[in-house]
Amino acid sequence: MITEEQPPPIRKIVVDAPPTVAPAPPAGSNGHGHAYAGAASVARHGRGEAGVGGRELMALQALSVFYGDNEAVKKVSLSIRLGEVLALIGPSGCGKTTLLRTLNRLTELTPGASRGGTILLDGTDVDDLEVTTLRRRVSMVFQQPNPFPMSIFDNVAYALREQSRKKPGRGVVEPLVEDALRRAGLWDEVKDKLDAPALRLSGGQQQRLCIARAIATRPEVLLMDEPCSALDPRSTLVIEQLIGDLRKDLAIVIVTHNMQQARRVGDKVAFMYLGDLVEYGDAEQIFDAPQAQRTRDYVRGAFG
Amino acid sequence: MAVTQHPRTLDDLPHGGFGVGTGGGQGGRSSGAAGRKRRRHESMSTWRWGDRIAYVLCWAAGLSLCLIAVAIVGYMAVKGVQYLKPELLWSHPSGEVDQSKSGGFLDPILGTILLTIIGIAIATPIAVAAAIWVVEYGRPAPLARAVESGIEVVAGTPDIVLAIFGLALFQHGLFGWMSFTAEGGAVFGRSFLTAGAMMSLIALPMVFGATREGLQSIPRHVREASYGLGKTKIATIRRVLLPAVRPNISTGAALGMGRIAGDTAIVVILLGATLRLESEGSIPGLDVLKGTGSTLTSYVYNNSPAGEGAAPEKAYAAAFVLLLLVVALNFAVDLIARRGAKTGLEGTRLGAGR
Amino acid sequence: MLTRLRQPWSDRRAELTLGALACAVLLVIVLMVVFVANEAWPTFKHNGLSWLGPGGNVDEQINNMVNSGANAPAEDYHVRAWPLVWGTILTTGMAVVFGLIFSVLAAIFIVEFAPDRLRSVIVPVVRLLAAVPSVIYGLIGILVLVPFVGNHIINQGDKESVQFIVQLTGASLLVSVVILTIMIVPIMIAIIVDALYAVPRGWKEGAVALGVNRWRAMWTVSVRAARPAIIAASVLACARALGEAIMLSMVSGSVGFAPNPFDGPRLFLLEPLRPLASTIVEDSEALQTPAVRSMVYAFALLLLFSSLFLSLAGFLAKQPMKKYGVRI
Repeated sequence: MITEEQPPPIRKIVVDAPPTVAPAPPAGSNGHGHAYAGAASVARHGRGEAGVGGRELMALQALSVFYGDNEAVKKVSLSIRLGEVLALIGPSGCGKTTLLRTLNRLTELTPGASRGGTILLDGTDVDDLEVTTLRRRVSMVFQQPNPFPMSIFDNVAYALREQSRKKPGRGVVEPLVEDALRRAGLWDEVKDKLDAPALRLSGGQQQRLCIARAIATRPEVLLMDEPCSALDPRSTLVIEQLIGDLRKDLAIVIVTHNMQQARRVGDKVAFMYLGDLVEYGDAEQIFDAPQAQRTRDYVRGAFG
Repeated sequence: MAVTQHPRTLDDLPHGGFGVGTGGGQGGRSSGAAGRKRRRHESMSTWRWGDRIAYVLCWAAGLSLCLIAVAIVGYMAVKGVQYLKPELLWSHPSGEVDQSKSGGFLDPILGTILLTIIGIAIATPIAVAAAIWVVEYGRPAPLARAVESGIEVVAGTPDIVLAIFGLALFQHGLFGWMSFTAEGGAVFGRSFLTAGAMMSLIALPMVFGATREGLQSIPRHVREASYGLGKTKIATIRRVLLPAVRPNISTGAALGMGRIAGDTAIVVILLGATLRLESEGSIPGLDVLKGTGSTLTSYVYNNSPAGEGAAPEKAYAAAFVLLLLVVALNFAVDLIARRGAKTGLEGTRLGAGR
Repeated sequence: MLTRLRQPWSDRRAELTLGALACAVLLVIVLMVVFVANEAWPTFKHNGLSWLGPGGNVDEQINNMVNSGANAPAEDYHVRAWPLVWGTILTTGMAVVFGLIFSVLAAIFIVEFAPDRLRSVIVPVVRLLAAVPSVIYGLIGILVLVPFVGNHIINQGDKESVQFIVQLTGASLLVSVVILTIMIVPIMIAIIVDALYAVPRGWKEGAVALGVNRWRAMWTVSVRAARPAIIAASVLACARALGEAIMLSMVSGSVGFAPNPFDGPRLFLLEPLRPLASTIVEDSEALQTPAVRSMVYAFALLLLFSSLFLSLAGFLAKQPMKKYGVRI
């Protein structure tokens, strides 16, 4: 469906720049003038957008998630592309975390949860894949940093060791660990103490360690569930820069309740409300010229 | 490939749109229900060999655990029902060594009950006091840790060692009042009082542990609220904390009673091994306590092929009664814990704020 | 002034009283060591430490003591209790090893693999098994397992091969270890299951989200995090097994014989033995005799120090795990 990969634009995150929320444009002036219609806008915004969006890695088709009889996610269709950061925003309880966790079938751990619709990973239905295989290609970073009670090296090497048939020796694993730590921007800080306990690191370092652990096996998609909400602003800045760098090799889906972060970090933004996908589009368009009234209200801060 | 579907903009709906929205949602849900996937069970095809063996072993362990439990309880129940006749429960044991001909086990039952009561009566105040001191005061800190470790040491000491120690201790002249003392000054050292004192050491760690857990789980703001009203610490303990941990104390006491009722070694060594309750001295009440007797556990032991008696039927019957007693105590523990949870601190808004 | 008299206890007084009661426990321990050591001293005086070692038939030696009377000469104190010590080591060691393996597997089953209905049944069952008194285990052992082993497993050939040394009835190392294992398993399972449930959800979720299967996630993360609890459970079980007197006196055969592993595995398991704790119970009638008394107290002192040592060892073993963030 989509063209060959284009290198994504480089984003510099400026911490103390003035806010850049544009006033609502007059109708029809910016070329996206139709009334919002859910899935149709997916195709519209995604197609032919220069510079952003490589091939489609995951496609959600009318995905619904039920907890018992309660429909937490209502027929959402989205596309997740290589080289793109998709930010899911919305008020609490809107289903964005549920949607994220469904992408790697983590909701199945909750009793009473069930799913409708289809998720495609590289064209294959996710239900036809072995769950462990799916989770190796779609990795997740959680809100609370959760490094295992092992050394730093063992944490990053964990997935590598567990996912192979025969346990690989340290020599095989070491370069992969170093590569993952470099990509996560943690190598310089820990290269002398790889065997130190991981829990001794600071919060931001632990979260970067979790990111390193998640990308060590070169997944195709990285899911991030509010990764910075438990961290201080400095660590948040570092991780946001990291997301910009990581974007080159993977697709990233990030759930955040912080609109400014979604704006800084996201290429595409999906706004959800009470389980519905209200609007989906480019980050600038969602924040500067939202189509739906509810999006406008949310972005303006009328509720949340 | 995006699938076209009906749009779901909420702001297209009128303000009372929530009802319509959920109506539409219900319509969507019923069609979604038809499309709802069954949760796929994780297959084991990608598991390593060793993992599969481990999985099978885990199942084997779990199932054999159930089988063993069923076998033990079932066998005891069958044999017990077979041999237990109601008159055994209220007739005294006959005087002979050979129990198989006649006699019941009323005295052992009384002995068990008496010993349990003595043991728990001694253990509970000390354990609760120690728990309160460790949690609420605990100064100096090394001493508090030493007390906790000490109670753990007592918990880990074999009951036979406690029994032997009790014998050595209570045969000292100082404790002559606790048991039969011959004219020459030799203290017998074996009586309900001495056995009960050692039994209290068995129950002490259980009551201490339960009380300490209960006290530690009371959130800090409860105490702070009481201090804020001007109450002293000890008044807070008496009026606020102790009532709150009453279910914990009861749970610990029930656990302790279960352990006391099931203990044999202390009974064999410290209770004098007379089949019937033999009183000692002339003060009513105290004479039974100073006297000797037997309990269900020592009765079972003596009537098994390991003891002198040759009455396995009586042994089965007594063992069955003992088992029922212990099961009832355990059941009481569950009941207290469940009821206490509802009426205790968790059931109130104080506890819910945690 | 009147109000001061009517007031409830001051905090200071309450603190001292409660503290005194708490420290009474420490006093009890000190008294215990002192009294037991005091009574055990004669055996040490006459035998030195070699009473722990081998030499001669310990049953005969004990009988000598029993017959020696009130004023026993020095040679009546002679005892070489190695067979008893060896019996204790064998039963405790084997029971703890088998029990540990079984308990970990069963605990993982309960926490991870058991269907919900089975799980709600197993948990009360484990608690029930933990509460069953040791006499009842002993009773089933002596009335069911011992005759079974004696009649169906031990054959004539076995008996003849050792007939000059020891008699093979069903009471044997096999029955002792089997029942002792069953006795200590429930406690261990309860502790390990609690620890597995207490592992933070974040770790378990993190492991599963990395694409490891349920067993490996459980084993590499949860069980690893529960290692201090596993150690604590083993120490507790070891202490329980060490001190088990009544059940073992019913099924071990009470023969002061040291089962010989070089007899081959079959005979080794079928030989009778006599652990220390059982000896204490069996000789408790003869405690007026000074020789027997001091020997029995020496055994008790050994058991006491063993359990103290075990607690210390368990505490020390848990220390290195603290640094990895595993909860002690």
